[in-house]
Amino acid sequence: MEYFLQQLINGLTLGSIYGLIAIGYTMVYGIIGMINFAHGDIFMVGAFVSLIVFLILLSIGVTFIPLALLIVLVVAMVVTSAYGWTVERLAYRPLRSSFRLAPLITAIGMSIFLENYVQVVQGARVKTLQPVITGGYTIMEGNGFTVQLSNIQIIIMILTVALMGIFSWIIAKTPLGRAQRACEQDRLMAGLLGVNVDRTISLTFVIGAALAAVAGLMFLLYYGVIDFYIGFVAGIKAFTAAVLGGIGSLPGAMLGGLIIGLIETFWSAYFTIEYKDVAAFSMLAIVLIFMPSGLLGKPEVEKV
Amino acid sequence: MSDIILQVDHMTMRFGGLVAIDDLSFAARRKEITALIGPNGAGKTTVFNCITGFYKPTEGMLTMTHADGETFLLERMDDFRIARDAKVARTFQNIRLFGGMTVLENLLVAQHNPLMLASKYSIGAILGIGGYRRHENKAVELARHWLDKTGLIARADDPAADLPYGDQRRLEIARAMCTRPELLCLDEPAAGLNPKESDDLNKLLMSIRDEEGLSILLIEHDMSVVMGISDHIVVIDYGKKISDGDPAFIRSDPKVIAAYLGVDEDEAGELAS
Amino acid sequence: MTGTNAKKGRFAAALKEAAMAALLAAVLASFLLGVRTIPAEGGLSFYYRPMWFAVAVAGVFFGRLFLRLIWWRGDRTTPKLYDKFTSSLGGITEGWGKYLGPVVIIGAFLLPFVASRYVIDTSILILTYILLGWGLNVVVGLAGLLDLGYVAFYAVGAYAYALLGTHFGLSFWVVLPLAGILAATWGMILGFPVLRLRGDYLAIVTLAFGEIIRIILLNWYKVTNGPDGISGIPRPTFFGLQFKRFGEHTFHQFFGIPYSPMHRLIFMFYIILLLALLTSYVTNRLRRLPVGRAWEAMREDEIACRALGINTTNTKLTAFAIGAFFGGLGGSFFATRQGFISPESFTFIESAIILAIVVLGGMGSQIGVAIAAIVMIGGFEVFREAAQYRMLIFGLLMVVIMVWKPRGLVSGRMPTIFLGKERKSVSGDLVKEGEG
Repeated sequence: MEYFLQQLINGLTLGSIYGLIAIGYTMVYGIIGMINFAHGDIFMVGAFVSLIVFLILLSIGVTFIPLALLIVLVVAMVVTSAYGWTVERLAYRPLRSSFRLAPLITAIGMSIFLENYVQVVQGARVKTLQPVITGGYTIMEGNGFTVQLSNIQIIIMILTVALMGIFSWIIAKTPLGRAQRACEQDRLMAGLLGVNVDRTISLTFVIGAALAAVAGLMFLLYYGVIDFYIGFVAGIKAFTAAVLGGIGSLPGAMLGGLIIGLIETFWSAYFTIEYKDVAAFSMLAIVLIFMPSGLLGKPEVEKV
Repeated sequence: MSDIILQVDHMTMRFGGLVAIDDLSFAARRKEITALIGPNGAGKTTVFNCITGFYKPTEGMLTMTHADGETFLLERMDDFRIARDAKVARTFQNIRLFGGMTVLENLLVAQHNPLMLASKYSIGAILGIGGYRRHENKAVELARHWLDKTGLIARADDPAADLPYGDQRRLEIARAMCTRPELLCLDEPAAGLNPKESDDLNKLLMSIRDEEGLSILLIEHDMSVVMGISDHIVVIDYGKKISDGDPAFIRSDPKVIAAYLGVDEDEAGELAS
Repeated sequence: MTGTNAKKGRFAAALKEAAMAALLAAVLASFLLGVRTIPAEGGLSFYYRPMWFAVAVAGVFFGRLFLRLIWWRGDRTTPKLYDKFTSSLGGITEGWGKYLGPVVIIGAFLLPFVASRYVIDTSILILTYILLGWGLNVVVGLAGLLDLGYVAFYAVGAYAYALLGTHFGLSFWVVLPLAGILAATWGMILGFPVLRLRGDYLAIVTLAFGEIIRIILLNWYKVTNGPDGISGIPRPTFFGLQFKRFGEHTFHQFFGIPYSPMHRLIFMFYIILLLALLTSYVTNRLRRLPVGRAWEAMREDEIACRALGINTTNTKLTAFAIGAFFGGLGGSFFATRQGFISPESFTFIESAIILAIVVLGGMGSQIGVAIAAIVMIGGFEVFREAAQYRMLIFGLLMVVIMVWKPRGLVSGRMPTIFLGKERKSVSGDLVKEGEG
């Protein structure tokens, strides 16, 4: 029971990170119907930027951790958003009216590029960061096992819930959100009615990248170890989460993220850690085959 | 000679809570042109999709009877089996040609099943045994026959997507005919055609009925086509049959006029008289 | 007067644009380029790299200026010659193009007599990717099914030969067809559950299957020896003759010529050349048969196919199986050429490279695929010295070629049959790419 509870906490934390990345996939897929394959690598860029900014802050004497984290958060979101914007501008926009496979190939190309770019400029070795946020609470003790809820886990979950709230509000209530939903329905018509389609799509990428940057920072703080390759696997799992929740649905992405996080954690805890990715990938296949519209998505009817 | 080729019995189709087709029954007779008409959104294309297996009707029975007496229960068959075994061919409201393939290739794809057998499931043909070439020549001859009939022979080697709209409509009919069907279902074949093309279409359909001895079921909005060539008309509105009979009867049926003009039946009766 | 004003205005606009681009570059480069992290005691240290930063920003500024003022000026008609070239490739049976195929094939057969060891080695690599590209082309280019896990079948073929060859001593020539059939079976097993999926969903599930197979290979120590891989995979023999310096039944003894390690290399070259030609022949034949036409028709419109009585389930499965079969052949060859395999050779990147070759070459076009393989893999080899920049450039190249030619290098489609005499290809703009 204690062990189970601990895994539940760990799984929810991991799931929050996946969920934040998944939002980027789901929004982009919703609006232009493509898998932004490079999104996982945008997350990785976010983690690296966070790490570097954090190191700089420490070296210039900003040692008050909450302040440092706030600065890191803002800077990482800005820089990573710039990456998201640039990727869209260079690799996707020229192909928007082209045929469907072309942007998928450029997305894969961008993914390869970003991974190797970071590898070249920051080296291939893993980067470790000393634990920044320590401490936590003991929730339960028994059978010689202590259930811990660490401060970092609390921060991750609270931040995730807050960001979810903010972005759900943006989509539901602001002109940007309305423009986004209009572009999702019919891009051409939205354009004819005066919605700036290019800008709306760009902003979608920017928001997705900003959330991925937050996820990157969380990943860095939680695990303390990053390398240039973390984006690939995390990206696929986050995409699984987006599909599981129902692509195009923000709460769906979050829900999917939590489920994938839980599956992975429990699989590692109770079965074999080597096959945890197999569990996640199998989940993806099973969901797509038996429930292609996901948990919260709209079913797709074949038009004849 | 008016035996029944397609019998639709008490067919109902629901999408979630929406009842698209409500207890519809009608029959199409052999070697006749049966028209299915009704206002927009009446459920005509849904009927077609049920007959050709793209939708499974929620309730009801669809019986297809071949000239040799063999019967097929269409509601139990997969879409491609309906085309292959029950020999029901169809066209689509929004044309579905293989645009990047040539006109001739479109017609050969339609003969896929006999050619597949002739090629010994590709294995024989790769090894060069089984006389596939002969069968392919025969298939090209059939294609040529229909290209002649539809006046597309000069465009045989052009990509289908390059044809003008009217030609694409005719090509779709030619392609359906190349499957050697017993029943041809046409979904708005005259949509978007000019009067001349529409007239040509009438002649083509009548020749398919009279020379090839085929039965045709068509959905159409163009009344000149419907009234000009149909032997039998079924009118549906809101998924229900409201009238059924020969063109003269339909023309004077107050219920039909009411459905089309949006007036109630008494007024329509006055209009008709 | 107005002319100079317009010129001035354009220059100012270009300057402004370049400045904006440079600003963006500054944001992008700020931390990742401008700062370098290094491992230090008790964590990480770092140093500033102002030069890198400055070069990147200045590069973007002047690059943008150059593009704006010089490159994008007036009409960009340089590719006219190129278009003529590729359209003649599309209609390969016309004019001089008719002789191109045989000439290239004869040239390939003569290559080992003139080329250096390095060139032959690279050619073997390129031919392997051509084979794989042609195999995947059946699935992606003809049937329009987007498969991102093709490397799984390559792995099945490779491990099939590695295991059967090392444990049971079966010869390469026996295992080769077996590996193909085994991979084809896997193609159908993996293909079956994903038949209903379309487009990007299919892509991501096939990617997942590819990764699952790799992870299993990585962790199933008992059979695959895990990450350590399988070594000592036997080399193929020439009608029972071995390519060894010493021992019985060796090639050089039988023919009474002095031993040379080149013999085996040349032998390998001919094996892969023949395998590639076999792939080309079979897929070309299939394209002209009902099954091939059904693949292409399915790519154009699946619903219309079903309305014509085509069993699209079977048609898709045959495409998966045929594609996987050739992947299996390629895998077996890879195993015997390397003599050693490990799961590391079968990562997603391999799938991405093969898919990139197919799409960049022009989906459905065999010549395009061959050209793309030569450009990509050959280019890859050129950058062998700068190993760490290799993938960087590769990724960039994928983006650039795709943006430049979204339809691939050779985009036209050659019809499979003609009624008339004239043979013209179908413009790539009319050809669909498939929904699934």
